[in-house]
Amino acid sequence: MTFNPAEFIDRWGSNIWQATIETFQMVGIALSISIVIGLPLGVILVLTRPGKALDNKYLYQFLNVFINVIRSIPFIILLFFILPFTQLIVGTSMGVRGVIVPLVVYTAPYIARLMENSLLEVDKGIIEAYEAMGMKTRHIIWHVMIREARPSIILGLTIATIGLIGATAMAGLVGAGGLGDLAYRFGHLRYEEDVMIVTVILLIILVQGIQSLGNRTAAWLKKD
Amino acid sequence: MIELKNVSKTFYSKKSAVQALSGVSLNVGKGEVFGVIGYSGAGKSTLIRCVNLLEKPTEGQVIIDGTDLTGLPASKLREKRQKIGMIFQHFNLLKTATVYENIAIPLKLTGLSKTEVDERVKKYLAVVGLDDKSDAYPGQLSGGQKQRVSIARALSHEPEILLSDEATSALDPETTESILDLLLRINREFGITILLITHEMHVIQKVCDRVAVMEGGEVVEQGSVIDVYAQSAHPTTKKFIDSQFPIEAPESMLKTIAGKGPIVKLSFVGHSTGQPVLSEIVKRFDVHTNILSGNIVQMKDESYGRMIVHISGETDAPKAIEALKDAGVQVEEVNLDDV
Repeated sequence: MTFNPAEFIDRWGSNIWQATIETFQMVGIALSISIVIGLPLGVILVLTRPGKALDNKYLYQFLNVFINVIRSIPFIILLFFILPFTQLIVGTSMGVRGVIVPLVVYTAPYIARLMENSLLEVDKGIIEAYEAMGMKTRHIIWHVMIREARPSIILGLTIATIGLIGATAMAGLVGAGGLGDLAYRFGHLRYEEDVMIVTVILLIILVQGIQSLGNRTAAWLKKD
Repeated sequence: MIELKNVSKTFYSKKSAVQALSGVSLNVGKGEVFGVIGYSGAGKSTLIRCVNLLEKPTEGQVIIDGTDLTGLPASKLREKRQKIGMIFQHFNLLKTATVYENIAIPLKLTGLSKTEVDERVKKYLAVVGLDDKSDAYPGQLSGGQKQRVSIARALSHEPEILLSDEATSALDPETTESILDLLLRINREFGITILLITHEMHVIQKVCDRVAVMEGGEVVEQGSVIDVYAQSAHPTTKKFIDSQFPIEAPESMLKTIAGKGPIVKLSFVGHSTGQPVLSEIVKRFDVHTNILSGNIVQMKDESYGRMIVHISGETDAPKAIEALKDAGVQVEEVNLDDV
Protein backbone atom coordinates (compact mmCIF):
# COMPACT_ATOMS: atom_id res chain seq x y z
CA MET A 1 0.00 0.00 0.00
CA THR A 2 1.47 3.35 -0.95
CA PHE A 3 0.66 6.54 0.83
CA ASN A 4 -1.08 9.09 -1.35
CA PRO A 5 -1.30 12.44 0.42
CA ALA A 6 -3.97 13.90 -1.84
CA GLU A 7 -6.21 10.90 -1.47
CA PHE A 8 -5.54 10.75 2.26
CA ILE A 9 -6.46 14.37 2.81
CA ASP A 10 -9.53 13.95 0.64
CA ARG A 11 -10.69 11.00 2.68
CA TRP A 12 -9.57 11.93 6.19
CA GLY A 13 -8.84 15.64 6.04
CA SER A 14 -12.13 16.81 7.47
CA ASN A 15 -12.09 14.16 10.23
CA ILE A 16 -8.57 15.12 11.27
CA TRP A 17 -9.38 18.85 11.13
CA GLN A 18 -12.49 18.25 13.19
CA ALA A 19 -10.51 16.18 15.73
CA THR A 20 -7.78 18.81 15.96
CA ILE A 21 -10.37 21.49 16.68
CA GLU A 22 -11.91 19.27 19.36
CA THR A 23 -8.54 18.65 20.99
CA PHE A 24 -7.79 22.37 21.02
CA GLN A 25 -11.23 23.11 22.45
CA MET A 26 -10.94 20.52 25.20
CA VAL A 27 -7.38 21.50 26.14
CA GLY A 28 -8.03 25.23 25.86
CA ILE A 29 -11.22 25.31 27.91
CA ALA A 30 -10.17 22.72 30.48
CA LEU A 31 -6.76 24.38 30.93
CA SER A 32 -8.24 27.87 31.42
CA ILE A 33 -10.73 26.68 34.03
CA SER A 34 -8.07 24.54 35.71
CA ILE A 35 -5.72 27.52 36.01
CA VAL A 36 -8.51 29.65 37.47
CA ILE A 37 -9.08 26.95 40.11
CA GLY A 38 -5.55 25.58 40.47
CA LEU A 39 -3.54 28.80 40.84
CA PRO A 40 -5.53 30.14 43.82
CA LEU A 41 -5.48 26.64 45.34
CA GLY A 42 -1.69 26.61 44.99
CA VAL A 43 -1.50 30.03 46.64
CA ILE A 44 -3.72 28.84 49.51
CA LEU A 45 -1.58 25.72 49.90
CA VAL A 46 1.49 27.90 50.33
CA LEU A 47 -0.06 30.57 52.56
CA THR A 48 -1.79 28.18 54.97
CA ARG A 49 1.41 26.26 55.66
CA PRO A 50 2.66 26.43 59.23
CA GLY A 51 4.45 29.72 59.83
CA LYS A 52 3.20 31.41 56.65
CA ALA A 53 0.99 34.50 56.36
CA LEU A 54 -2.37 32.68 56.74
CA ASP A 55 -1.18 29.74 58.85
CA ASN A 56 -4.14 27.34 59.11
CA LYS A 57 -3.35 23.75 59.94
CA TYR A 58 -6.84 22.39 59.28
CA LEU A 59 -7.41 24.02 55.90
CA TYR A 60 -3.91 23.08 54.79
CA GLN A 61 -4.29 19.45 55.83
CA PHE A 62 -7.75 19.20 54.30
CA LEU A 63 -6.59 20.55 50.94
CA ASN A 64 -3.50 18.42 51.07
CA VAL A 65 -5.45 15.19 51.51
CA PHE A 66 -8.26 16.23 49.16
CA ILE A 67 -5.81 16.95 46.33
CA ASN A 68 -3.96 13.69 46.93
CA VAL A 69 -7.19 11.70 46.84
CA ILE A 70 -8.31 13.17 43.52
CA ARG A 71 -4.87 12.79 42.04
CA SER A 72 -4.85 9.11 42.99
CA ILE A 73 -7.85 8.28 40.81
CA PRO A 74 -6.96 7.22 37.24
CA PHE A 75 -8.57 9.55 34.69
CA ILE A 76 -10.58 6.78 33.05
CA ILE A 77 -12.19 5.89 36.39
CA LEU A 78 -12.72 9.54 37.25
CA LEU A 79 -14.43 10.09 33.89
CA PHE A 80 -17.22 7.62 34.74
CA PHE A 81 -17.16 8.02 38.48
CA ILE A 82 -18.21 11.67 38.38
CA LEU A 83 -20.81 11.32 35.59
CA PRO A 84 -23.67 12.45 37.87
CA PHE A 85 -21.63 15.44 38.98
CA THR A 86 -20.88 16.33 35.36
CA GLN A 87 -24.56 16.03 34.51
CA LEU A 88 -25.38 18.36 37.38
CA ILE A 89 -22.81 21.03 36.44
CA VAL A 90 -23.14 21.24 32.64
CA GLY A 91 -26.41 19.42 32.04
CA THR A 92 -24.87 16.71 29.88
CA SER A 93 -22.24 14.04 30.28
CA MET A 94 -21.56 13.69 26.56
CA GLY A 95 -19.45 15.51 24.00
CA VAL A 96 -16.83 18.20 24.52
CA ARG A 97 -18.99 19.89 27.17
CA GLY A 98 -19.40 16.64 29.05
CA VAL A 99 -15.68 15.94 29.15
CA ILE A 100 -14.58 19.39 30.34
CA VAL A 101 -15.74 18.73 33.91
CA PRO A 102 -13.72 15.52 34.43
CA LEU A 103 -10.72 17.09 32.67
CA VAL A 104 -10.85 20.05 35.05
CA VAL A 105 -11.31 17.81 38.09
CA TYR A 106 -8.28 15.87 36.86
CA THR A 107 -6.06 18.84 35.99
CA ALA A 108 -6.87 21.55 38.56
CA PRO A 109 -5.41 19.66 41.57
CA TYR A 110 -2.35 18.83 39.49
CA ILE A 111 -1.89 22.50 38.62
CA ALA A 112 -2.43 23.40 42.29
CA ARG A 113 0.51 21.15 43.20
CA LEU A 114 2.70 22.54 40.44
CA MET A 115 1.84 26.10 41.52
CA GLU A 116 2.55 25.26 45.14
CA ASN A 117 5.97 23.99 44.10
CA SER A 118 6.76 27.06 42.01
CA LEU A 119 5.65 29.48 44.71
CA LEU A 120 7.68 27.70 47.38
CA GLU A 121 10.79 28.24 45.29
CA VAL A 122 10.48 32.02 45.62
CA ASP A 123 13.27 33.41 47.79
CA LYS A 124 11.90 33.95 51.32
CA GLY A 125 14.19 36.94 51.72
CA ILE A 126 12.40 38.84 48.96
CA ILE A 127 9.00 38.17 50.54
CA GLU A 128 10.40 39.32 53.85
CA ALA A 129 11.78 42.51 52.31
CA TYR A 130 8.28 43.36 51.11
CA GLU A 131 6.78 42.57 54.51
CA ALA A 132 9.38 44.88 56.02
CA MET A 133 8.28 47.62 53.61
CA GLY A 134 4.74 47.33 54.96
CA MET A 135 3.16 45.77 51.87
CA LYS A 136 -0.22 44.05 52.06
CA THR A 137 -0.29 40.26 51.84
CA ARG A 138 -2.40 40.26 48.66
CA HIS A 139 0.08 42.63 47.02
CA ILE A 140 2.94 40.39 48.06
CA ILE A 141 1.16 37.36 46.58
CA TRP A 142 0.67 39.04 43.22
CA HIS A 143 3.67 41.37 42.87
CA VAL A 144 6.29 39.23 44.55
CA MET A 145 5.38 35.56 44.78
CA ILE A 146 3.53 35.02 41.50
CA ARG A 147 5.70 37.51 39.66
CA GLU A 148 8.98 35.92 40.74
CA ALA A 149 7.60 32.41 40.21
CA ARG A 150 6.45 33.13 36.62
CA PRO A 151 9.21 31.24 34.81
CA SER A 152 8.62 28.20 37.00
CA ILE A 153 4.82 28.58 36.74
CA ILE A 154 5.05 28.60 32.93
CA LEU A 155 7.13 25.42 32.95
CA GLY A 156 4.60 23.82 35.33
CA LEU A 157 1.71 24.81 33.09
CA THR A 158 3.57 23.35 30.11
CA ILE A 159 3.77 20.01 31.91
CA ALA A 160 0.09 20.25 32.88
CA THR A 161 -0.96 21.09 29.31
CA ILE A 162 0.86 18.09 27.89
CA GLY A 163 -0.69 15.86 30.55
CA LEU A 164 -4.06 17.30 29.63
CA ILE A 165 -3.56 16.45 25.95
CA GLY A 166 -2.86 12.87 27.02
CA ALA A 167 -6.04 12.77 29.09
CA THR A 168 -8.16 14.05 26.18
CA ALA A 169 -7.35 10.83 24.30
CA MET A 170 -9.79 9.08 26.62
CA ALA A 171 -12.45 11.70 26.06
CA GLY A 172 -13.65 9.71 23.08
CA LEU A 173 -15.21 7.32 25.55
CA VAL A 174 -17.89 9.91 26.24
CA GLY A 175 -18.09 10.98 22.61
CA ALA A 176 -15.99 14.12 22.83
CA GLY A 177 -13.68 13.19 19.96
CA GLY A 178 -10.25 14.72 19.52
CA LEU A 179 -7.00 13.52 17.97
CA GLY A 180 -6.38 10.78 20.49
CA ASP A 181 -9.82 9.34 19.93
CA LEU A 182 -9.34 9.44 16.16
CA ALA A 183 -6.07 7.55 16.41
CA TYR A 184 -7.71 4.97 18.67
CA ARG A 185 -11.02 4.41 16.88
CA PHE A 186 -9.98 4.58 13.25
CA GLY A 187 -6.28 3.90 13.46
CA HIS A 188 -6.20 1.17 16.06
CA LEU A 189 -9.61 -0.47 16.07
CA ARG A 190 -10.20 -0.26 12.32
CA TYR A 191 -6.62 -0.88 11.20
CA GLU A 192 -6.31 2.40 9.33
CA GLU A 193 -2.60 2.67 9.96
CA ASP A 194 -2.23 5.91 7.99
CA VAL A 195 -4.73 7.66 10.20
CA MET A 196 -3.01 6.46 13.33
CA ILE A 197 0.44 7.52 12.16
CA VAL A 198 -0.70 10.94 10.95
CA THR A 199 -2.63 11.74 14.15
CA VAL A 200 0.24 10.58 16.31
CA ILE A 201 2.63 12.77 14.28
CA LEU A 202 0.24 15.69 14.76
CA LEU A 203 0.21 15.02 18.50
CA ILE A 204 4.01 14.86 18.57
CA ILE A 205 4.23 18.20 16.76
CA LEU A 206 1.68 19.68 19.16
CA VAL A 207 3.52 18.46 22.27
CA GLN A 208 6.91 19.54 20.91
CA GLY A 209 5.52 22.95 20.04
CA ILE A 210 3.99 23.48 23.46
CA GLN A 211 7.15 22.38 25.25
CA SER A 212 9.37 24.69 23.16
CA LEU A 213 6.98 27.58 23.61
CA GLY A 214 6.95 26.95 27.39
CA ASN A 215 10.74 26.73 27.58
CA ARG A 216 11.22 29.91 25.58
CA THR A 217 8.66 31.88 27.54
CA ALA A 218 10.19 30.75 30.84
CA ALA A 219 13.70 31.66 29.71
CA TRP A 220 12.49 35.06 28.54
CA LEU A 221 10.77 35.74 31.87
CA LYS A 222 13.74 34.61 33.91
CA LYS A 223 16.09 37.52 33.16
CA ASP A 224 19.21 36.24 34.89
CA MET B 1 13.81 57.09 68.13
CA ILE B 2 14.16 53.35 68.59
CA GLU B 3 13.64 52.05 72.08
CA LEU B 4 13.76 48.38 72.97
CA LYS B 5 12.57 47.62 76.47
CA ASN B 6 13.39 44.24 77.94
CA VAL B 7 12.87 42.45 74.66
CA SER B 8 12.96 38.67 74.85
CA LYS B 9 12.38 36.18 72.08
CA THR B 10 12.07 32.45 72.45
CA PHE B 11 11.72 30.14 69.47
CA TYR B 12 9.65 27.08 70.19
CA SER B 13 9.92 23.87 68.26
CA LYS B 14 8.13 20.63 69.08
CA LYS B 15 10.89 19.34 71.30
CA SER B 16 12.74 22.34 72.60
CA ALA B 17 12.72 26.05 73.19
CA VAL B 18 15.61 28.30 72.17
CA GLN B 19 15.96 31.65 73.82
CA ALA B 20 17.41 33.93 71.14
CA LEU B 21 17.05 37.18 73.10
CA SER B 22 16.78 37.66 76.81
CA GLY B 23 15.85 41.02 78.23
CA VAL B 24 17.56 43.26 75.71
CA SER B 25 17.19 47.00 76.18
CA LEU B 26 18.55 49.54 73.74
CA ASN B 27 17.94 53.16 73.04
CA VAL B 28 18.89 54.64 69.69
CA GLY B 29 18.69 58.43 69.44
CA LYS B 30 17.43 60.38 66.45
CA GLY B 31 20.08 60.81 63.78
CA GLU B 32 22.40 58.34 65.41
CA VAL B 33 24.24 55.45 63.80
CA PHE B 34 24.00 52.58 66.24
CA GLY B 35 25.80 49.30 65.70
CA VAL B 36 25.19 45.91 67.21
CA ILE B 37 28.09 43.50 66.96
CA GLY B 38 28.25 39.84 67.89
CA TYR B 39 29.35 36.47 66.62
CA SER B 40 26.85 34.38 64.72
CA GLY B 41 24.25 32.96 67.06
CA ALA B 42 24.55 35.91 69.43
CA GLY B 43 20.99 36.98 68.62
CA LYS B 44 21.76 40.19 66.74
CA SER B 45 19.80 39.15 63.67
CA THR B 46 16.75 38.32 65.80
CA LEU B 47 17.20 41.67 67.53
CA ILE B 48 17.09 43.77 64.36
CA ARG B 49 14.13 41.74 63.06
CA CYS B 50 12.29 42.55 66.28
CA VAL B 51 12.60 46.27 65.57
CA ASN B 52 10.14 46.12 62.64
CA LEU B 53 8.40 43.09 64.09
CA LEU B 54 9.42 40.69 61.33
CA GLU B 55 9.97 38.68 64.46
CA LYS B 56 7.43 39.24 67.20
CA PRO B 57 9.10 39.52 70.62
CA THR B 58 7.87 37.02 73.20
CA GLU B 59 8.17 39.74 75.83
CA GLY B 60 9.02 43.40 76.00
CA GLN B 61 8.24 46.52 74.04
CA VAL B 62 9.50 47.95 70.77
CA ILE B 63 8.89 51.67 70.82
CA ILE B 64 9.47 53.59 67.59
CA ASP B 65 9.11 57.35 67.81
CA GLY B 66 6.88 57.00 70.87
CA THR B 67 4.61 54.23 69.54
CA ASP B 68 4.77 50.71 70.90
CA LEU B 69 4.71 48.51 67.79
CA THR B 70 3.96 45.31 69.68
CA GLY B 71 0.46 46.53 70.46
CA LEU B 72 -0.45 47.77 66.97
CA PRO B 73 -3.07 46.15 64.72
CA ALA B 74 -1.78 44.80 61.39
CA SER B 75 -2.80 47.80 59.28
CA LYS B 76 -1.16 50.36 61.60
CA LEU B 77 1.96 48.20 61.76
CA ARG B 78 2.15 48.24 57.96
CA GLU B 79 1.98 52.05 57.97
CA LYS B 80 4.78 52.22 60.53
CA ARG B 81 6.89 49.76 58.59
CA GLN B 82 6.73 51.97 55.52
CA LYS B 83 8.73 54.52 57.49
CA ILE B 84 11.36 51.97 58.54
CA GLY B 85 13.63 51.02 55.67
CA MET B 86 15.56 47.78 55.75
CA ILE B 87 18.49 46.44 53.78
CA PHE B 88 19.76 42.88 53.83
CA GLN B 89 22.88 40.81 53.40
CA HIS B 90 21.52 39.19 50.24
CA PHE B 91 19.85 42.35 48.87
CA ASN B 92 16.45 40.67 48.31
CA LEU B 93 15.64 42.33 45.00
CA LEU B 94 13.07 41.00 42.53
CA LYS B 95 15.13 39.04 40.03
CA THR B 96 12.52 39.38 37.29
CA ALA B 97 12.26 43.15 37.55
CA THR B 98 14.57 45.92 36.33
CA VAL B 99 16.36 48.23 38.76
CA TYR B 100 13.71 50.87 38.04
CA GLU B 101 10.82 48.46 38.67
CA ASN B 102 12.43 47.15 41.84
CA ILE B 103 12.15 50.61 43.34
CA ALA B 104 8.93 51.63 41.59
CA ILE B 105 6.75 48.58 42.39
CA PRO B 106 6.67 49.00 46.19
CA LEU B 107 6.13 52.75 45.77
CA LYS B 108 3.16 52.17 43.46
CA LEU B 109 1.72 49.72 45.97
CA THR B 110 1.79 52.37 48.67
CA GLY B 111 -0.51 54.46 46.47
CA LEU B 112 1.83 57.07 45.02
CA SER B 113 0.92 58.51 41.62
CA LYS B 114 2.91 57.58 38.54
CA THR B 115 4.74 60.91 38.36
CA GLU B 116 5.60 60.84 42.07
CA VAL B 117 6.92 57.31 41.70
CA ASP B 118 9.02 58.35 38.71
CA GLU B 119 10.46 61.34 40.57
CA ARG B 120 11.37 59.29 43.62
CA VAL B 121 12.97 56.47 41.64
CA LYS B 122 15.13 58.91 39.69
CA LYS B 123 16.04 60.93 42.75
CA TYR B 124 17.20 57.99 44.84
CA LEU B 125 18.92 56.17 41.99
CA ALA B 126 20.97 59.34 41.62
CA VAL B 127 21.68 59.40 45.38
CA VAL B 128 23.18 55.91 45.21
CA GLY B 129 24.93 56.70 41.93
CA LEU B 130 23.14 54.24 39.68
CA ASP B 131 21.08 56.53 37.45
CA ASP B 132 22.52 54.83 34.37
CA LYS B 133 21.43 51.35 35.43
CA SER B 134 17.68 51.80 35.66
CA ASP B 135 16.93 49.30 32.86
CA ALA B 136 19.37 46.62 34.03
CA TYR B 137 18.21 43.46 35.78
CA PRO B 138 19.73 42.54 39.16
CA GLY B 139 21.41 39.55 37.52
CA GLN B 140 23.52 41.94 35.47
CA LEU B 141 24.78 43.92 38.49
CA SER B 142 27.66 43.37 40.90
CA GLY B 143 27.03 42.76 44.60
CA GLY B 144 27.82 46.35 45.50
CA GLN B 145 25.49 47.68 42.83
CA LYS B 146 22.70 45.38 44.02
CA GLN B 147 23.14 46.68 47.55
CA ARG B 148 22.95 50.24 46.19
CA VAL B 149 19.66 49.41 44.49
CA SER B 150 18.31 47.98 47.70
CA ILE B 151 19.44 51.11 49.58
CA ALA B 152 17.68 53.25 46.95
CA ARG B 153 14.57 51.08 47.36
CA ALA B 154 14.66 51.63 51.13
CA LEU B 155 15.29 55.38 50.83
CA SER B 156 12.55 55.88 48.25
CA HIS B 157 9.95 55.47 51.01
CA GLU B 158 11.67 58.40 52.75
CA PRO B 159 12.03 56.57 56.04
CA GLU B 160 13.21 58.03 59.32
CA ILE B 161 14.98 54.81 60.27
CA LEU B 162 17.15 52.47 58.24
CA LEU B 163 17.81 48.95 59.52
CA SER B 164 20.84 47.24 58.06
CA ASP B 165 20.98 43.48 58.51
CA GLU B 166 24.61 42.55 57.72
CA ALA B 167 24.42 44.70 54.60
CA THR B 168 28.14 44.50 53.85
CA SER B 169 28.82 40.92 54.93
CA ALA B 170 28.53 39.48 51.42
CA LEU B 171 30.72 42.15 49.83
CA ASP B 172 34.46 42.42 49.22
CA PRO B 173 36.49 44.89 51.34
CA GLU B 174 36.61 47.65 48.76
CA THR B 175 32.87 47.46 48.02
CA THR B 176 32.21 47.33 51.76
CA GLU B 177 34.06 50.65 52.12
CA SER B 178 31.98 52.33 49.43
CA ILE B 179 28.69 51.04 50.88
CA LEU B 180 29.73 52.24 54.37
CA ASP B 181 30.59 55.66 52.92
CA LEU B 182 27.15 55.73 51.33
CA LEU B 183 25.48 54.86 54.65
CA LEU B 184 27.39 57.64 56.39
CA ARG B 185 26.34 60.09 53.70
CA ILE B 186 22.70 59.04 54.03
CA ASN B 187 22.92 59.52 57.78
CA ARG B 188 24.39 63.01 57.42
CA GLU B 189 22.43 64.29 54.42
CA PHE B 190 18.99 62.92 55.22
CA GLY B 191 19.34 62.68 59.00
CA ILE B 192 18.18 59.07 58.89
CA THR B 193 18.73 57.09 62.06
CA ILE B 194 20.62 53.90 61.27
CA LEU B 195 20.62 50.69 63.29
CA LEU B 196 22.98 48.14 61.85
CA ILE B 197 24.16 44.70 62.86
CA THR B 198 27.47 43.23 61.84
CA HIS B 199 30.16 40.81 62.88
CA GLU B 200 32.96 43.07 61.68
CA MET B 201 34.50 45.52 64.16
CA HIS B 202 35.68 47.54 61.20
CA VAL B 203 32.08 48.43 60.30
CA ILE B 204 31.40 49.64 63.85
CA GLN B 205 34.61 51.65 63.94
CA LYS B 206 33.99 53.34 60.64
CA VAL B 207 30.34 54.44 60.80
CA CYS B 208 28.85 54.01 64.27
CA ASP B 209 28.42 56.55 67.03
CA ARG B 210 27.45 53.96 69.60
CA VAL B 211 27.77 50.23 69.80
CA ALA B 212 26.25 47.32 71.69
CA VAL B 213 28.08 44.02 71.96
CA MET B 214 25.90 40.94 72.06
CA GLU B 215 26.53 37.44 73.24
CA GLY B 216 24.17 34.60 74.06
CA GLY B 217 21.09 36.71 73.45
CA GLU B 218 22.16 39.49 75.77
CA VAL B 219 23.81 42.87 75.43
CA VAL B 220 27.05 42.45 77.37
CA GLU B 221 28.43 45.93 76.85
CA GLN B 222 27.31 49.16 75.23
CA GLY B 223 28.46 52.73 74.93
CA SER B 224 30.00 55.22 72.56
CA VAL B 225 32.38 53.56 70.13
CA ILE B 226 35.44 55.40 71.42
CA ASP B 227 34.67 54.48 75.05
CA VAL B 228 34.17 50.86 74.17
CA TYR B 229 37.54 50.85 72.39
CA ALA B 230 39.29 52.56 75.27
CA GLN B 231 37.66 50.85 78.21
CA SER B 232 36.16 47.58 77.06
CA ALA B 233 35.57 45.24 79.98
CA HIS B 234 33.90 42.18 78.51
CA PRO B 235 36.12 39.46 76.98
CA THR B 236 33.98 39.33 73.80
CA THR B 237 34.35 43.05 73.26
CA LYS B 238 38.10 42.75 73.78
CA LYS B 239 38.26 39.96 71.23
CA PHE B 240 36.47 42.07 68.64
CA ILE B 241 38.79 45.02 69.27
CA ASP B 242 41.91 42.86 69.35
CA SER B 243 40.93 41.53 65.93
CA GLN B 244 41.84 44.97 64.57
CA PHE B 245 45.23 45.03 66.25
CA PRO B 246 46.99 41.88 65.18
CA ILE B 247 50.38 41.27 66.77
CA GLU B 248 52.78 39.95 64.25
CA ALA B 249 56.15 40.14 66.01
CA PRO B 250 58.23 37.10 65.10
CA GLU B 251 58.69 34.35 67.68
CA SER B 252 62.50 34.63 67.69
CA MET B 253 62.36 38.33 68.48
CA LEU B 254 59.97 37.77 71.36
CA LYS B 255 62.36 35.20 72.82
CA THR B 256 65.35 37.53 72.80
CA ILE B 257 63.52 40.29 74.67
CA ALA B 258 61.84 38.02 77.20
CA GLY B 259 62.74 39.09 80.74
CA LYS B 260 64.61 42.23 79.67
CA GLY B 261 62.26 44.96 80.79
CA PRO B 262 58.48 45.39 80.68
CA ILE B 263 56.27 44.90 77.67
CA VAL B 264 53.40 47.35 77.65
CA LYS B 265 50.23 47.85 75.67
CA LEU B 266 49.75 51.54 74.93
CA SER B 267 46.35 52.84 73.90
CA PHE B 268 45.99 56.26 72.40
CA VAL B 269 42.63 57.95 72.21
CA GLY B 270 41.81 61.00 70.14
CA HIS B 271 44.41 63.79 70.32
CA SER B 272 47.13 61.68 71.96
CA THR B 273 47.40 59.60 68.77
CA GLY B 274 49.17 62.59 67.22
CA GLN B 275 51.81 63.02 69.98
CA PRO B 276 55.36 61.69 69.60
CA VAL B 277 55.29 60.34 73.18
CA LEU B 278 57.64 57.44 72.61
CA SER B 279 60.52 59.55 71.32
CA GLU B 280 59.98 61.91 74.25
CA ILE B 281 60.48 59.23 76.88
CA VAL B 282 63.57 57.99 75.09
CA LYS B 283 65.01 61.48 75.28
CA ARG B 284 64.07 62.09 78.90
CA PHE B 285 64.91 58.74 80.43
CA ASP B 286 67.57 56.12 80.04
CA VAL B 287 65.34 53.70 78.15
CA HIS B 288 65.08 52.21 74.69
CA THR B 289 61.78 51.37 73.09
CA ASN B 290 61.11 48.61 70.65
CA ILE B 291 57.73 48.63 68.90
CA LEU B 292 56.42 45.09 68.48
CA SER B 293 53.22 46.06 66.79
CA GLY B 294 51.02 49.06 66.25
CA ASN B 295 47.97 50.29 64.42
CA ILE B 296 45.70 53.30 64.38
CA VAL B 297 42.05 53.06 63.38
CA GLN B 298 40.12 56.08 62.19
CA MET B 299 36.67 56.29 63.70
CA LYS B 300 33.80 58.44 62.62
CA ASP B 301 35.06 61.51 64.52
CA GLU B 302 38.13 60.35 66.42
CA SER B 303 41.01 57.99 66.14
CA TYR B 304 42.24 55.19 68.35
CA GLY B 305 45.68 53.67 68.26
CA ARG B 306 47.31 50.81 69.98
CA MET B 307 50.95 49.71 70.30
CA ILE B 308 52.75 46.88 71.95
CA VAL B 309 56.11 48.24 73.06
CA HIS B 310 59.09 46.69 74.77
CA ILE B 311 60.82 49.14 77.09
CA SER B 312 64.37 48.21 78.02
CA GLY B 313 66.39 50.04 80.70
CA GLU B 314 65.57 48.50 84.09
CA THR B 315 65.95 51.50 86.38
CA ASP B 316 64.18 54.14 84.35
CA ALA B 317 61.42 52.02 82.85
CA PRO B 318 58.86 52.64 85.66
CA LYS B 319 59.48 56.39 85.41
CA ALA B 320 59.00 56.26 81.67
CA ILE B 321 55.72 54.46 82.12
CA GLU B 322 54.53 57.13 84.55
CA ALA B 323 55.45 59.80 82.04
CA LEU B 324 53.42 58.03 79.36
CA LYS B 325 50.40 57.92 81.65
CA ASP B 326 50.81 61.64 82.34
CA ALA B 327 50.73 62.27 78.62
CA GLY B 328 47.24 60.76 78.48
CA VAL B 329 48.22 57.35 77.15
CA GLN B 330 46.62 54.27 78.63
CA VAL B 331 49.34 51.90 79.72
CA GLU B 332 48.80 48.29 80.54
CA GLU B 333 51.65 45.95 81.31
CA VAL B 334 51.19 42.69 79.48
CA ASN B 335 52.59 39.23 79.60
CA LEU B 336 54.18 37.99 76.41
CA ASP B 337 52.05 34.87 76.41
CA ASP B 338 48.89 36.98 76.45
CA VAL B 339 49.68 39.21 73.54
